[in-house]
Amino acid sequence: MSLLDRHIGFVHALREAGLPVSLAEGLDAARALQVIDLSERDSLRAAYASTLVKRPSHRPGFDVLFDLWFPASTSGLYDPRQEGGSHAPDLDLEAAPLPELRDRLARLLLGAEGMNEFARAMVERFGRQPAGPGRQNWFSYSVMRALSPETLMARLLAEVLAGQERGGLAEKVARQRINENTRRFEEAVSTDVRRRIAEDSGIERIARSAVRPPLEQLDFLRITKADLARLRREVHPLARRLAARLTVKHRLGHRGRLDFRRTVRASLSSGGVPLNTFNKPRRPHKPELVVLCDTSDSVASFAHFTLLLTYALREQFTKVRAFGFVDTVDEITRFFVPGADVVEAMTRLTQEADMVRFGRTNYGHALEEFAERYGDAIGPKTSLLILGDARSNYQPPALETLRRLSAGARHAYWLNPEPTAQWDTGDSLATAYGGIVPMHECRNVAQLAAFIEELA
Amino acid sequence: MWFASPADVRERLSAVDYLSDASIATSVFLAGALGKPLLAEGPAGVGKTQLAKAVAAATGAQLVRLQCYEGLDEARALYEWNYKKQLLRIQAGSDRDWDATHDDIFTEEFLLERPLLRAIRSEVPTVLLIDEIDKADVEVEGLLLEILSDYQVTIPELGTISAVRKPYVVLTSNATRELSEALKRRCLYLHLEYPTPERERDIVLAQVPTIEAGLAEQLARTVATMRTLELKKAPSIAETIDWANTLLALGRTELDEATIGATLGVVLKHASDQTRARKELAL
Repeated sequence: MSLLDRHIGFVHALREAGLPVSLAEGLDAARALQVIDLSERDSLRAAYASTLVKRPSHRPGFDVLFDLWFPASTSGLYDPRQEGGSHAPDLDLEAAPLPELRDRLARLLLGAEGMNEFARAMVERFGRQPAGPGRQNWFSYSVMRALSPETLMARLLAEVLAGQERGGLAEKVARQRINENTRRFEEAVSTDVRRRIAEDSGIERIARSAVRPPLEQLDFLRITKADLARLRREVHPLARRLAARLTVKHRLGHRGRLDFRRTVRASLSSGGVPLNTFNKPRRPHKPELVVLCDTSDSVASFAHFTLLLTYALREQFTKVRAFGFVDTVDEITRFFVPGADVVEAMTRLTQEADMVRFGRTNYGHALEEFAERYGDAIGPKTSLLILGDARSNYQPPALETLRRLSAGARHAYWLNPEPTAQWDTGDSLATAYGGIVPMHECRNVAQLAAFIEELA
Repeated sequence: MWFASPADVRERLSAVDYLSDASIATSVFLAGALGKPLLAEGPAGVGKTQLAKAVAAATGAQLVRLQCYEGLDEARALYEWNYKKQLLRIQAGSDRDWDATHDDIFTEEFLLERPLLRAIRSEVPTVLLIDEIDKADVEVEGLLLEILSDYQVTIPELGTISAVRKPYVVLTSNATRELSEALKRRCLYLHLEYPTPERERDIVLAQVPTIEAGLAEQLARTVATMRTLELKKAPSIAETIDWANTLLALGRTELDEATIGATLGVVLKHASDQTRARKELAL
């Protein structure tokens, strides 16, 4: 494959993975290739990244594809003895017994050089599984199982701390460093596994499955704990961006009444003739928000994230009140005082709030109870926002109550984290509820941000 | 040519105490070699503005800075006619006919140069720093497009002014809002993140030369640990350096739990962040 073909193929793969790479940017990248030293892989990667990737959330996907299209080595050229020799003349990675390999790994996790070479050799040795005659599969879990870097932690900590007190700051710092290096090792192994699969069965095939969607496109219902933590970090930047956009929108919106004072003042410079008139900006529309959310396990991460975001956006609303339910309702506004710690608010929310009676979601009962106990929260200025998947375990839906609630509010919206195709399957009451309160599909952060922009 | 190669960038930037890594060096080199603006984005305090200053210092170029803020307009960013002086001119020469006066008052003499025009017209090598572009209104981005892609400015009364010498343009942004696609497309993009502990140690050593290497290492590792906590605002490089200076001023040579607890306010500036750090790090 010539360099040009490889460049074109790479740009195409990026587009296929959802990165908006324009023609002009592709040309910039090609120009950049002419002026940098192509034998230096790091600057090649940086050159592509700076010309093609203009959003940080696209960077992980870019890195995966770059490693596939411009691999650090190829199996044909790889000579373990030669390459390993430069770093560890005492260790033959292909034949050394397991304990020695684990010793080596322990040193790498403490920050020694040569992580990538070691990872490649280990994939060569442990990652291969025969799959039919003449074919083979590559797996990273078999490498991880053979070396099990997690089990090295206790030993490494003992070594680093060397008699210092346990449980203190020193241990935290050491743990963080070892975890970070373990993650790097895992990444190096899976990168090499992907490269080998690509060599066996073609880059395009693996490229399609290897790239994870960027954070804002992740499905709320399939989110992992680590992703949720990453999302929580994004809450404040996202809220700031949304707020900035909303302010711009308000300012650009319809002009308000004549600003008499400013007009007269400006007319002084033209001898009292008002050449330019000035208008007062319209008072921003700040709705009161009542959030009623399903906090049962199936949709908890969606509810948590949305609550956090609405609270981070407090200034855009006059007042925010939040209620949570599983099969009975409790007000949860008190957990989100200004300046509260995000993680703590969430743990306290699940422990202290009284939202569970029998433990199975019951929209009907929750709605009845909400209308009875907190019905006065809803007034003609309120926007009611309901979050949930509308799956009520075949209980009576209390449609009348919902109709009454939404009629009392200024606006009512329902955000459903399930894809539209799954609505009305099984115990879902999406259409029944959606007939009363307009229901929006809200599967990821991008959709949520679009909705909030419309709301405020 | 601004730089000869990425390696050259690294060397010359480190000579002015700015420690770069592979991606910074390559982007800075490419911005010079391809003649494109460099857009540096990242959290506050990771050295975006410092990068522009370092490029100017390393190449011996003059630095022209445009600080963006809400309400920044053409008159403050690009050029303005000196109305008062024009008025004086008209009154002083009241016997002359209109055409002569008109030709006279729209000349160089009555033009007030603002940073963008100054950078374009500069005869010496210039680094133009457009700082915190995300703070400016969306219209300013439109204003910048002509300058960033063609390095020229159109003044209706004078015509188009092209750059004598292409300035080296650096834009910085804290990502408080999304910049427009049109602007991003014209720039090379550099995302600056918090550095690795090793690089941060070197930065502290370069910026605070009197600090001991061991203490710098401890500082860098502790700050890296703090960044893994879920904080509202993670400590930046600038704050690490402040911390190093604080410890020096207090005469501490060891970073133990008590010292961290006493000086936590230097790095963490939210009450909830401090409580969290105290709990998680067992201070």
